[in-house]
Amino acid sequence: MSPTAVRPVRIIVAKVGLDGHDRGVKVVARALRDAGYEVIYTGLRQTPEMVVDAALQEDAQVIGLSIHSGAHMTLFPAVVQELKRRKATDIIVFGGGIIPDDDIAALKKQGVEQLFTPGTPLQEIVDWLRERFPAGPA
Amino acid sequence: MGRSPLKVRARDPKQAWEEDFESSPARDDGIETSTISGIPLKPLYTKDDLPATRTEELPGQYPYTRGIHPSGYRGRLWTMRQFSGFATAEETNRRYKYLLANGQTGLSVAFDMPTLMGQDSDAPTSRGEIGHCGVAIDSLADMETLFGGIPLGDITTSMTINSPAAILLCMYIAVAEEQGVPASVLGGTLQNDILKEFIAQKEFIFPPAPSMRLVVDSIEYCAKEVPKWNTISISGYHIREAGSTAAQELAFTLADGMAYVDACIERGMRVDDFAPRLSFFFDAHIDFFEEIAKFRAARRIWARWMRERYGAQDERSWKLRFHTQTAGVSLTAQQPELNIARTAIEALAAVLGGTQSLHTNAMDEVLALPTDKSARIALRTQQLLAYESGVANTVDPLGGSYFIEALTDEMESQAERYFKQIEDLGGVIPAIEASFFQKEIADSAFRYQSELEQKRRIMIGVNDFTVDEEVPIDILRIDPRLESEQVARVREVRRKRDQARCANALASLRKAAAGTDNLMPYILEAVRAYATEGEIMNTLIEVFGVYTERAVV
Repeated sequence: MSPTAVRPVRIIVAKVGLDGHDRGVKVVARALRDAGYEVIYTGLRQTPEMVVDAALQEDAQVIGLSIHSGAHMTLFPAVVQELKRRKATDIIVFGGGIIPDDDIAALKKQGVEQLFTPGTPLQEIVDWLRERFPAGPA
Repeated sequence: MGRSPLKVRARDPKQAWEEDFESSPARDDGIETSTISGIPLKPLYTKDDLPATRTEELPGQYPYTRGIHPSGYRGRLWTMRQFSGFATAEETNRRYKYLLANGQTGLSVAFDMPTLMGQDSDAPTSRGEIGHCGVAIDSLADMETLFGGIPLGDITTSMTINSPAAILLCMYIAVAEEQGVPASVLGGTLQNDILKEFIAQKEFIFPPAPSMRLVVDSIEYCAKEVPKWNTISISGYHIREAGSTAAQELAFTLADGMAYVDACIERGMRVDDFAPRLSFFFDAHIDFFEEIAKFRAARRIWARWMRERYGAQDERSWKLRFHTQTAGVSLTAQQPELNIARTAIEALAAVLGGTQSLHTNAMDEVLALPTDKSARIALRTQQLLAYESGVANTVDPLGGSYFIEALTDEMESQAERYFKQIEDLGGVIPAIEASFFQKEIADSAFRYQSELEQKRRIMIGVNDFTVDEEVPIDILRIDPRLESEQVARVREVRRKRDQARCANALASLRKAAAGTDNLMPYILEAVRAYATEGEIMNTLIEVFGVYTERAVV
């Protein structure tokens, strides 16, 4: 921790879409928690509106989305749109799941900051967050 | 040769080996020598690792450790059953005809997420999900298209669906009726395993009690009306894919099986009237011997429990039959061609473990739905095992291996320890409500991931032997227009049907759901009246309510 008391980075991790494959999201949630972040897992089948509600209520800086059903091109941008609608674009969105390369490029253009695909070391996600929030947990 | 005048006694061979082993150089790469599930392994197994009292077992004989058929695959090969389904019923129908023409021997239907979750394509939360993970089925009309030109009396079909399983089975029965095929001759399998949904896959809708009622209703109905149908496929696959160990997969799956047996007995059914039609579905992961041991232990445990605890008299009730799918989680997006090799190893384990049917994953399944070519390679891998490798010529070829037998015993004892724990928690459903399985699985998943991070386990192309350049492989994409077409189709069905008949059928179903009648005949009538899947589910939700899981990390 830096000497000035910095509020720990708070992250909402959410499963959007209809699938129930929660292995990845749970593993990532634990790893982020172990890395010192405050992690709130919303559970399954969250709509974009529910995810943004949770992020605002919890005063989160980051939303991490997980999906394995193939609906990422619809649902990830819908979360970004919902943040815009609620004037909460300071909250950054990253995602994970089975996402082909072409889709990753398209999603980044639509405002999803980073995407992690199967096989990503957990440390890589932590490193990315540390870079993104240098004042966050040491 | 002259006599050698030995002064010292020859070393005991086992002791000599131990000394020689200790003095041999050991690999020092930090990689675990335990199984992928964490069972410590010795470098060598001998007869000392088996109980001295062990009697010889034979295939086709209780407790079936060596297989349920005396003739193994000499009598009949396993069924090559590739799970497939995507986009619309029309496109999937074409893929089925392609697979059947290429020598596949049974169909296996993958449904899309809205269908699996019991909602119609025009529901708001179906947006972006239609046709992605499987085929979209909204009503009997889609099912008619899906099986158009495929004679349902001549093939067997497996349907992977759970919460709305009863509805899809009724649709299948109704399509068969239209083809002139009576329900009594239909063969196939319905996954219909709601317990593992609460435990692992999480495609639950109703709370546990009414969910179990629907399962028992379908088992009871099929025992009378669709006697050749496998009413439930008690599944470890999803438990394993969610991160469990092999022993947890084995234990939790068999515990689920026993919970279904208990529920049917409670309904008043005789065990031998339904048990022969229970079937199982396991994962074949990459740790070769552990998987073989798991399959062998599963048969032995089930046989003992069915005979000794449930008093089943019919030998068919003792025999655990199972389908296997190679492990989706073992596949890598990196260097995806390697997935062909992984799948071949896993498929071999399934065959040496005595599976009744098998799905081999396609190399691109980690990325998206398989293309025609990758689907064919996956099927050809099975054909290679069956016809080229010779492994099907001998029954349980690994039986008697010190290692395999000892590992089979170890799997069995680990499972028995879990059964005790589950019983102490009050049974499977209370254990679900206490998040017992969910925590066990999440712990195992996290442990495995940590081992990968520490390079104590290796995934080729992921944490070792990586390459910078990835060759993109063709993947199948779903045309976004499909969504609006499917939405239009379900609305058309709603417009054209006999509205009075449909409304009456749904009203009768609602009334029956509030009582205790078997719901299958009511669902069948609603299906015939072209009530949509979503309408039928919503009718049941009005009575049963929905289940929400406590989110545990």
